Amino acid sequence: MSGLVREGLEWVSQATGTRWVAVIGLEVHAQLSTRTKLFCGCAYEFGAEPNTRVCPVCTGQPGSLPVLNAEALELAVRAALALGCEVAPRSKFDRKNYFYCDLPKNYQITQYDRPYCSGGGIDLDSGRRVRLERIHVEEDAGKAIHDRGDATLVDFNRAGVPLIESVTHADLCCPEDAGAYLAALREILVYVGASSADMEKGELRCDVNVSVHPAGEPWRTKVEVKNLNSFSNVEASIEYEIARQVAAWESSDPADHPVQETRLWDAGANRTRTMRKKEGEADYRYFPEPDLPPVSVTPALLEATRALLPELPAARRARYQRELGLSAYDAGVLTAARDVADFFEAAARLSGAPKDACNWITNEVLRALSGDEVAATSVDELPMKPHDLSELIALVRGGTLSASAARQVVRAMMQSGKAAGELVVELGLEQVQDDGELERWCREALAGREAIAAQVREGHEKALGALMGPVMQASKGKANPQKVREILLRLIQEG
Amino acid sequence: MPVALKSNLCCAGVETHCGSKLLAGYRPPYDATCVERLVAAGAVIVGMTHMDEFGMGSSSENSAYGVPRNPWDDARTPGGSSGGSAVAVAAGLVPLALGSDTGGSVRQPASLCGVYGLKPTYGRVSRYGLVAFASSLDVVSPFARSARDLELVLGVISGADERDSTCQPLPPIEPERPAEPRRLTGLRVGVARPYVEAAAPGVRAACDAALARLAQLGAELVPVDLPHTEYAIPTYYVVATAEASSNLARYDGVAYGRRVTGDGTLQGMFAATRDAGFGAEVKRRILLGTYVLSAGYHDAWYGRAQRVRTLVREDFERAFAEVDLVAGPTSPTVAFRLGERAADPIAMYRSDACTVPTSLAGLPALSLPAGFAAAEDGRELPVGLQLVAPALQDARLMRVARALEDVLDAPARRAPAFGGAR
Ligand SMILES: [Zn+2]
Repeated sequence: MSGLVREGLEWVSQATGTRWVAVIGLEVHAQLSTRTKLFCGCAYEFGAEPNTRVCPVCTGQPGSLPVLNAEALELAVRAALALGCEVAPRSKFDRKNYFYCDLPKNYQITQYDRPYCSGGGIDLDSGRRVRLERIHVEEDAGKAIHDRGDATLVDFNRAGVPLIESVTHADLCCPEDAGAYLAALREILVYVGASSADMEKGELRCDVNVSVHPAGEPWRTKVEVKNLNSFSNVEASIEYEIARQVAAWESSDPADHPVQETRLWDAGANRTRTMRKKEGEADYRYFPEPDLPPVSVTPALLEATRALLPELPAARRARYQRELGLSAYDAGVLTAARDVADFFEAAARLSGAPKDACNWITNEVLRALSGDEVAATSVDELPMKPHDLSELIALVRGGTLSASAARQVVRAMMQSGKAAGELVVELGLEQVQDDGELERWCREALAGREAIAAQVREGHEKALGALMGPVMQASKGKANPQKVREILLRLIQEG
Repeated sequence: MPVALKSNLCCAGVETHCGSKLLAGYRPPYDATCVERLVAAGAVIVGMTHMDEFGMGSSSENSAYGVPRNPWDDARTPGGSSGGSAVAVAAGLVPLALGSDTGGSVRQPASLCGVYGLKPTYGRVSRYGLVAFASSLDVVSPFARSARDLELVLGVISGADERDSTCQPLPPIEPERPAEPRRLTGLRVGVARPYVEAAAPGVRAACDAALARLAQLGAELVPVDLPHTEYAIPTYYVVATAEASSNLARYDGVAYGRRVTGDGTLQGMFAATRDAGFGAEVKRRILLGTYVLSAGYHDAWYGRAQRVRTLVREDFERAFAEVDLVAGPTSPTVAFRLGERAADPIAMYRSDACTVPTSLAGLPALSLPAGFAAAEDGRELPVGLQLVAPALQDARLMRVARALEDVLDAPARRAPAFGGAR
């Protein structure tokens, strides 16, 4: 499969010179963050003991009936609005019939020809737009466990967990598009609280459809790839499929040409393998679910949901750059998680100093959260609140606190939640403004550093920095840097 | 009050096998809503009754556990599929029993056993805990020996249930208490021409006599046509089997019920379990239902059946623009001999010609003991009169049945509990 050189969005075959392009679509299942399952009152918990989060409904006991979880519909609508989809005032549930041991009723309740929303999409940073065909709500299956001796075991904990399945148009052109789309989708779902979208926990699952054709020619047979449990797997599988399919099409034997099939990604071998060849479409014998009335999304629910929708990360990023003058990098860091962005905005507003707030959060707060010096793992859990940070910023700006002293205060605030002013006193960090003491530290610093003093005298003021350090060290960060500077200059000139 | 339950109503910890080998020994972990409400109201569940497997049949012969017999003549069927519950009430073993009516499974046995049976409006009684045959048609339905007892039990089991989304958010059914309970002046009753025409002469005569009594009480009788009645049976067998093929898919040997390992593969276990567990009629209907939902046939069968179902519903809407009730025979014949129709599914399906249309329309319908007719061997057997009301007018049916009860002889005649044997 060598001999393929990528040029932009084309893959050029070295053997034939043919320029190949790829057509890619994604189907993504996201688990909704509801308290209970889609049609019963069981609470799902990742990693719980098998078959401990079950009831007559989600194990498909005879006579049990589904009842739609209103919260699931609300979260699904939230996701739809955030993705710019059109929500249908009326939709319905259908049964998808197939036999498998992890499917308690041997049918899945899903939405077939009237999903709850359609349209919408995501604009990628590449400038390409990925349009959504539809999103629908459906229940998850349980889990079959095949690796325990001879028997297959079934865990129904996950059965009935609410999912939204979003299906894109085949608008993606390369592996990176898929990665970027997934990252953006995940970010939006997490942001609006619709899903935690953790791929490792199976909360976000992606199937890929890939085909290739020579540029300018009609589309060719598409292949579905499953079992992709990370963003990098998704990209790698597409990369692999493009190369495999090009080689297959270029084979002189038509029997080698790609066929419509489902393939599995083998992450260990870094390749896809045939799972099943399709002989026509599988017949799922869909029909309307007679146990559930049609689903109504009232204008009131739509409006209430829209009102609760937060500003989305992309919009926030743009605004931070435009209105607050932050760099694209900083804006990206601050908006990656909704609680961080909310914290930042509050601190920026209260202090009137967005750049200072940004620096403290990106340099100190996020670093502390990722390490183990504070107990909290998210901004929300911190005892320090935005008004605490704003107070600190004011103390620094007012000259009461040096930058290095302020760092000590921030760290203490993140641990104790005490007010900045209180900690300044407690830690003895008020800046020393007393000229006599400052002058003593400066003289000590100058002693034995005549060469530096000479440089300064010759006009190299930057050399002063080498003297500032020792002074700040001697004062334990409490010396007012502005005053130290003035005193040092005076002493050097006098010297 | 002692109450018997059809073996498809879940009773926690009590074997609820639906007449199927596949559910032999299956003890549900929960109570059906109707069972829970009966027990809360003081009823004592005395036992589970025989039925056609999963409700599929009109004679209760399609059971893996033996066949109930008609207390009026034990060589004959009590009807089905709720035959066991009808027998329990007709033989005086219990004053009340619950069954389920999907296409006539309570009304037809009530008619054949000479007791009262009411299929409430679809959605008026919770289906939670009723093992599904055809979800859009199944209705939990009681048998009793008087219209008053029907009112009593309906007052307990009907009404909103948040565990069944198809159950209407309404309070329980309240009986009508007219100032003159014995007068039906002003009541317009449409006599269903196709039901009358389908009936055997003796059945027709008994119904005519009961209708004449209705007129004497002041009701006005007019004929109604219900032109799509002839399509109701085929439509029913498409809709009901389609839903059944999906509802019964869960019996696969994985989580509960009987399991047959087969060749050791998963598909092999499914096939062997279902082959050993289901009886012939259930298999026939699953095949039929699978076929009518299949790609390429879906619209011609399932799709068209849905459209015809709407036409049948509209027949009743037109009729109820003119009349307050529709009346006619419940069953075209009196109780037939056991085995007589067992080999001929189509003849068996026709047993429900007069009850299936109201099931498709979701309307309340009551069968009351109207009189007797001679069977081909001369034996006098019960005949039921069916009354059909507009949706949610269940109480009207019971009020009219109450008025008739006092002027008809049939309701007072009792089958000898064990005297039906020759
Ligand atoms: Zn559950």
